This record gives sequence, C-alpha cells and structure tokens, in this order.
Amino acid sequence: MDLFDASRWATTLAGMGDLWGGFLFTIEVSLAGLAVALVTGTLLGVMSSTENRALRVISRVYVEFFQNTPLVVQVFLFYSGVPQIFRALGHTGTPVRVAPFVLGVVGVGLYHAAYVSEVIRTGIEAVPKGQMEGAQSQGFSRVQAYRYIILPQTFKIILPPLANQALNLIKNTSVLALVAGGDLMYNADNLVSDSGFLQGYVLCCVMYFVICFPLALLIKWLERRSKQTPKAKPTPAAGVAKEA
Amino acid sequence: MANMIEIKHLNKYFGDLHVLKDVSLEVAAGEKLVIIGPSGSGKSTLIRCINYLERPTSGQVLIDGQEMTEKNHLAMVRTYSSMVFQQFNLYPNMTVLENLTLAPVKLQGKDKDEAAETAMANLKRVGLAHKADEYPQNLSGGQQQRVAIARALCTKQPIILFDEPTSALDPEMVQEVLNVMVELAQENITMLCVTHEMGFAREVADRVIFMDDGQILESGTPEHFFEHPDNERCRQFLSKIL
Ligand SMILES: Nc1ncnc2c1ncn2[C@@H]1O[C@H](COP(=O)(O)OP(=O)(O)OP(=O)(O)O)[C@@H](O)[C@H]1O
Ligand SMILES: [Mg+2]
Repeated sequence: MDLFDASRWATTLAGMGDLWGGFLFTIEVSLAGLAVALVTGTLLGVMSSTENRALRVISRVYVEFFQNTPLVVQVFLFYSGVPQIFRALGHTGTPVRVAPFVLGVVGVGLYHAAYVSEVIRTGIEAVPKGQMEGAQSQGFSRVQAYRYIILPQTFKIILPPLANQALNLIKNTSVLALVAGGDLMYNADNLVSDSGFLQGYVLCCVMYFVICFPLALLIKWLERRSKQTPKAKPTPAAGVAKEA
Repeated sequence: MANMIEIKHLNKYFGDLHVLKDVSLEVAAGEKLVIIGPSGSGKSTLIRCINYLERPTSGQVLIDGQEMTEKNHLAMVRTYSSMVFQQFNLYPNMTVLENLTLAPVKLQGKDKDEAAETAMANLKRVGLAHKADEYPQNLSGGQQQRVAIARALCTKQPIILFDEPTSALDPEMVQEVLNVMVELAQENITMLCVTHEMGFAREVADRVIFMDDGQILESGTPEHFFEHPDNERCRQFLSKIL
C-alpha cells in the first residue's frame, strides 16, 4: 500500500522544512487570533449582559451573523472586500492585499469572538441573580459587583468551553489554505501536489494533533475541576485573628 | 426618637402591576419592626426600596433625613443599610472570612487585618468562628444564614433589613438563626424584618405591620397586633398562620 511506501515517506520527509514553517505560522495565527477572539468576545458577552438595550442588540446581531454564516465565506468576503473598501476610500495604485497573517487572525478571531461571547454570556447568566443583589445590598456598584463577585465566578464556569473554543480556533486556521495560504494545511497541500503523495496530509494531521490533543486533555481536566466543591482554605489573616 | 427611615407616598409598579400603593411608613432609630402579610403583598418590594434594590416609581425614601436618589443610593447603602436574604446570597467562590471582609476592604477602605479582626469577632458572635476558612457550600443552611448575618454586621451600618431569613431553612435550623437575631435585637440597631415567625415577632418587635395588596393595613405593638387587630383581613391572615 502507498501509505507504507518507504520512498514516498522519504520524499515527503525531505520537504518537512515547509511543513515546519506552516506549523509555526499556524501557531502564530492561532495565538493572535485567540487574543482577538477573547478580547472581542468578552466585550460582546459583557455587552449582552448589560441593561442597555442598544448594546445588547449590537452584540446579538454580531453573534447571529458570525455564527450563522460559514467561516470560509466570511474569510473570502473579507479577503476580497477589504481591498475594495480601500479603493472606495480613495486609495489608488496597486490594490491593497490583505496579508495572510492578518487575514487569518481577523478571520478566526472575529468568528470565534461570536462563540466566546456566548460562552461569556451564559457564564454570567449562570451566576444566580442573588449574587448581584447581595453585592448591591452591600453597596457595590454593578461594575464593582462584576469585578469582585460575578466575573470570578463566571471565570470558573467558562474556562472549559473557552479552552474548547481555542481548540476549534486552531483547527479553523486551516481555512487559510483556501484563500491566502502560509499555514500548515496550505503548505501540506503544496507538498502533496508537488510529490503526488498523500503522506504530506498524514504529517499535517500529526502536527495538528500534537497541538490539539494536549489541549483536549486540558479541557477534560478543567471540566473536572470546575465541578469540584472547594475545600477549606486557611488564610493567614484568619489565623492571626483567631489567635488574637 | 428620631426617625431613621421615612417612607412617603411610595408607589412601585412592575409594568402595569401596582405593587406598592401610596405607602407611608416611619421607622425610629433603633426600632425593631416586623412586617407580615400574604405572599405577593409587597413586603419584599417595600424593604428593597429602602436599599434601592428596587427603584421607587414615585414617592420618597428618606434615611436619616436624607432622600435616597439615583445618584446617591450606593453611598447611602454603604452608610446606612445591610441586608439578609432568604437565599443567603453568600459568595460561593470565597471563604466565609473572605465573604465577611470583601465589602469592608473594597468599599470602606479598611485594611485587611482590621477587617479580618472584625469579621472574626462577628463570626464568634454567631458561633461560627471555627468555620472562617470554609466555603459556604460546605455549611448547613442555618450556618450559611448565620454567616450572612455576620457579614451584614461587618459593614456596621445602623439598619439591617431581613427578608424572610428563615423561610428557606429546614425546620430544625430555624431556631439557631432566630437566636442570633434575638441577640442582635438587644442592640441599638434598626431592624426591619419580613418574617412569619410569630414567636420572634412577639419577643423582639417594637411594632408589627401587616401588609396586603400593596398597602399597610394594620400597625401596632405585638400585643395589640396579636390580641385584637382592628383590620378584618389581618385577623383572617393571623387565624390562618397562628
Ligand atoms: N422584578 C419583578 N418583576 C415583576 N413583578 C414583580 C417583581 N418583583 C415582584 N413582583 C411582583 O410584585 C408583587 C409583590 O412582590 P413581593 O415580592 O414584594 O411580595 P412579598 O410580599 O414579598 O411576597 P412573598 O411573601 O411571596 O415573598 C408580586 O405580585 C410579585 O409577583
Ligand atoms: Mg418576599
């Protein structure tokens, strides 16, 4: 069988350099994209939990748009749309091209921001209403209540689904292979077309797996941890006061 | 005695629902007031207007002579009132001690050690000093409510609002919480308490008021209130629960 053909493996492994380049690029895009997704998503999620109707609507529209259209289409739209926007703004000369890195970061970043937003919103809603009331009855403002009381509780609930988003985001950076390229999947695809051997795809899978599998384990661990009830925690201050 | 709380012609609507109907009430400094009445009569809404958890639709709430407004309500709450809820509303992600020190440290600018000392003193008072490092989930309902009372004491406001503090408790835990409240009533603190614990009302209340359908229908000393209430609906209500 071709898959176990040693010479085919040798040829493919000789082209590994490009794969490593793509691997690195994919990691960079993933990290930057994750940052965009987390910042934008948190903002949108908090907006959807405010009492301001306009903010809630904006957040809702964003989420529904990005969740209900395919990522590939969004990225294509962005890729061809941005140069046109520049032209419309009066830019002349050579058309502006969106760099693959930017396209990847913005593409997966904005897409996953919609999901992060939903994770944050459900996380906030999962904290009982009494928490906000308790905080306000003590004189905390809404913002302070979020900061000191609500969000720390939200955090524990949302870590597992957020890690899950990170995992999906990494896999979704492969959409770049269809548009601008530069990523792991794109380079693997090139390797396979050049050689005609599918070994390149196998290596590509292995490389994605190497990043994603530990993340999947992390998610499992976080999920287990978020279900545990905390044990008593001795604080130095309590010790001092008790002795006094 | 000076009035600690003055409520004047208070109206509250939830949409079209008229929940408080032109309610006026004065509570003297240090007075222990018990509020009773059937479910949905507006008891919670009334006391929640005092710390602005509910915004009055019209009318005024004055505390220590000062009107509570959209602008000053946070400062007013910090200065004047704390609250104990039916569902405790302790912060589950914090230990008992952290629950007690959060507001003093973040809102009142106390330093950590000072806040912890006050917290331990109040925990001792409710008999739970040994639980300082526990998380609320690991305590019984009665213990959680006692922690909630200790938390309310840590911020040292002159008013404490209780909204059915024993209603969510298993029967065997009611008394331990009531004991703490009775002990608390020895102090010069102003207590407003929505409760159906009539023994408690008789023992500590200076005055009992009966609410029905958004209005205060009866108001008087416990003796007057329980022996010969004037209002017919109040009599019916009492005959049902006593
Ligand atoms: N946030 C709200 N939105 C809409 N309606 C509300 C809200 N809060 C209370 N109500 C309604 O206002 C009325 C009075 O409620 P309130 O909670 O003050 O009654 P209560 O006397 O405390 O009753 P209970 O003994 O059941 O606690 C009820 O009909 C209730 O359904
Ligand atoms: Mg109520």
